[in-house]
Amino acid sequence: MSTEIADKNRDEFDIEILNTVGKPFIDKPEDIKMATRDCDVFYGDKQAIFGVDLDIGKNEIIAMIGPSGCGKSTYLRALNRMNDTIEICRVSGSLTLDGQDIYSKKQDPVLLRARVGMVFQKPNPFPKSIYDNVAYGARLHGLVSNKADLDDLVEASLTKAGLFKEVKDNLQKPGTGLSGGQQQRLCIARTIAVDPEVILMDEPTSALDPIATAIIEELMDELRHNYTIAIVTHSMQQAARISQRTAYFHLGKLVEVNATNDVFTNPEHQLTENYITGRFG
Amino acid sequence: MPLNTILITLLLLLVFSYFIGKGRAIAVSTTKSNGRRNLHSLPSYYGYMVALWTVIPAIAILVIWTIFETQIVSSLTFSSLPAELQQEGQSSFGLLLNEVKNAVQSGQVDSFTDPVKIAAAERYESVRSISLLAKTVVVLGVALVCLYLGWRYIKPETQARNKVESIARWAMILCASIAILTTVGIVFSVIFESVLFFKSVSITEFLFGTKWSPQTSIRADQAGSSGAFGAVPLFVGTLLISLIALIIAVPLGLMSAIYLSEYASSRFRSFAKPTLEILAGIPTVVYGFFAALTVAPFIRNLGESLGLTVASESALAAGLVMGIMIIPFVSSLSDDVINAVPQSLRDGSFGMGATKSETIKQVVIPAALPGIIGGVLLAASRAIGETMIVVMAAGLSANLTFNPLEAVTTVTVQIVTLLTGDQEFDSPKTLAAFALGLGLFLITLLLNVIALHVIRKYREQYD
Ligand SMILES: Nc1ncnc2c1ncn2[C@@H]1O[C@H](COP(=O)(O)OP(=O)(O)OP(=O)(O)O)[C@@H](O)[C@H]1O
Ligand SMILES: [Mg+2]
Repeated sequence: MSTEIADKNRDEFDIEILNTVGKPFIDKPEDIKMATRDCDVFYGDKQAIFGVDLDIGKNEIIAMIGPSGCGKSTYLRALNRMNDTIEICRVSGSLTLDGQDIYSKKQDPVLLRARVGMVFQKPNPFPKSIYDNVAYGARLHGLVSNKADLDDLVEASLTKAGLFKEVKDNLQKPGTGLSGGQQQRLCIARTIAVDPEVILMDEPTSALDPIATAIIEELMDELRHNYTIAIVTHSMQQAARISQRTAYFHLGKLVEVNATNDVFTNPEHQLTENYITGRFG
Repeated sequence: MPLNTILITLLLLLVFSYFIGKGRAIAVSTTKSNGRRNLHSLPSYYGYMVALWTVIPAIAILVIWTIFETQIVSSLTFSSLPAELQQEGQSSFGLLLNEVKNAVQSGQVDSFTDPVKIAAAERYESVRSISLLAKTVVVLGVALVCLYLGWRYIKPETQARNKVESIARWAMILCASIAILTTVGIVFSVIFESVLFFKSVSITEFLFGTKWSPQTSIRADQAGSSGAFGAVPLFVGTLLISLIALIIAVPLGLMSAIYLSEYASSRFRSFAKPTLEILAGIPTVVYGFFAALTVAPFIRNLGESLGLTVASESALAAGLVMGIMIIPFVSSLSDDVINAVPQSLRDGSFGMGATKSETIKQVVIPAALPGIIGGVLLAASRAIGETMIVVMAAGLSANLTFNPLEAVTTVTVQIVTLLTGDQEFDSPKTLAAFALGLGLFLITLLLNVIALHVIRKYREQYD
């Protein structure tokens, strides 16, 4: 018993994370969608992310896993500058989208977020009709010029999100009246209506039951053909089912990145192994 | 025993019976093997129970007795008077009784020479002292009997804790019903007096008449108009001033609420919000001063320099100042509901590439709108009921006008002027105040009901 605890303590604190192991980088530059180099994130004086180097490839689903509080959400939010809305948050290092620095002065964070969309843990439909929820981004960015096009866009987005059949007769009903799983699919529809290039998902199914989760996982697999998806998840099964690459974070550091299969069958780092075998986290 | 001595005695009994009850509980209980008493409740609950049982019935009797005492003493004194004096009836007796009472209280009975008065005074004093003695005996007797019964009632299985709990519940029900009964009482008396008013002035004249001139003759033989009671100019004046106030307060209040909740740093907010709320704490008479001495002359000078005729007391001046006064009602409530809009909604909007102001316009305000409307309606009912500023800055002349540069008057102001000064209480002029009050009450009630309804609807959305 006592040796087990001692083991665990050593696992957590004595193993130093010097460098990310595995394959954080993608060889062909044309396959890279987003890249971060030496990315640090601070909340006030407190550093939450330490020097993360990572490439995110085109049309791949990359899963980010790790114990609670290790900084997955923080890193994800750095990728579309959602952290800008937090007063005390500061990001440094190089973060690029298609090779362009997203934190440069020239970059408008608002336009960036239209290209790098986000789906949140808790479904957060606006208190508007289903139609207006999906049309929200398109109207903001003036993506369509007339009502007929907007109707088409709404229908197409809802169809892609696998929700259209269920709601086609109730488009004017409030989005908040849907079930949790439907709400989350509505939020995904809303996000893809803006036609982003990257979709960031922060535990998108953690508030949903297994059936709703399965529907959304299926959906993500389809979306992969057109979008790049980065997903934070607490479910290792989910990461194994849907992602091509998996990144393991620990205490604000990126410990290991590899093909998902390798991470779960043959982890390189001791901490990764501890986590996926359920020794902590 | 005079009243205060009885009260002090009861207070002592309260403390005494607490310890009696507590001691009794300890005495009747036995200690179990695990060191705990076999009591249902903690000993102090038995103390509370006995103490409350001792004092509450006694206090109730005391209150009821004291309420009816004056009347009973008077009528007993009355019946003892000589028959010929009784013939003169109650009103002259009332005068006599007052005289006697004052004399007894100030110890100047000796100054009486009239034998009737002396007899009455003696009679009054003896009835009063008998009543006081009886009161003392009954009240303290009841308290002691209750104390004894309570003491006997204590057994280990007595559920003292639950009894005390239910007494507390009844006490709260009593407090709540006092508030409700007061409201109901006020409403009924206003309705009653209004009905009297509508006996002499027709409802249609009151509701649709456009002339307000409540100067009635005080005596029947006096020359003078019989008064005109068309309330339309007053309600229009109220509406006009409230509207001006809302036009000022809603944009200012809403904008400052949005700034405070969405843009301001938390340090600025923690200083600015209370400062803004101080506006609501300034006595309205100060606002009235400000309106009459600063704003009204300023508006008049400004108007004159633009070639407009502005009355020295104008609806605009009153409305402006009132608008400033009700800003905190709008801003504080709006600020609360804007803060209650979940951050996740803002994140959702930002996450789709909306700017801050787009997010506020499209998501935050619509989500908070019902609450904001509630705040505005509360501010409106505050504006409608406001009196002091209008008295000082808008004047008394009942003009039927929508021109904000003219002097107007409001319902509340007229109520004040109707009821101040010498008037017979049942003249139409005085009664008109009640009818106006009823109208005002109905309007603010309606606004409040709408506001509450809207706010409640809002609550359902996020819970
Ligand atoms: N708004 C904030 N202000 C200050 N510190 C924060 C803030 N948000 C997160 N942190 C801190 O940053 C660290 C990383 O938090 P983050 O939310 O990124 O973790 P996470 O990996 O997403 O955890 P979880 O799995 O529980 O969602 C934590 O230590 C947390 O306390
Ligand atoms: Mg998180």
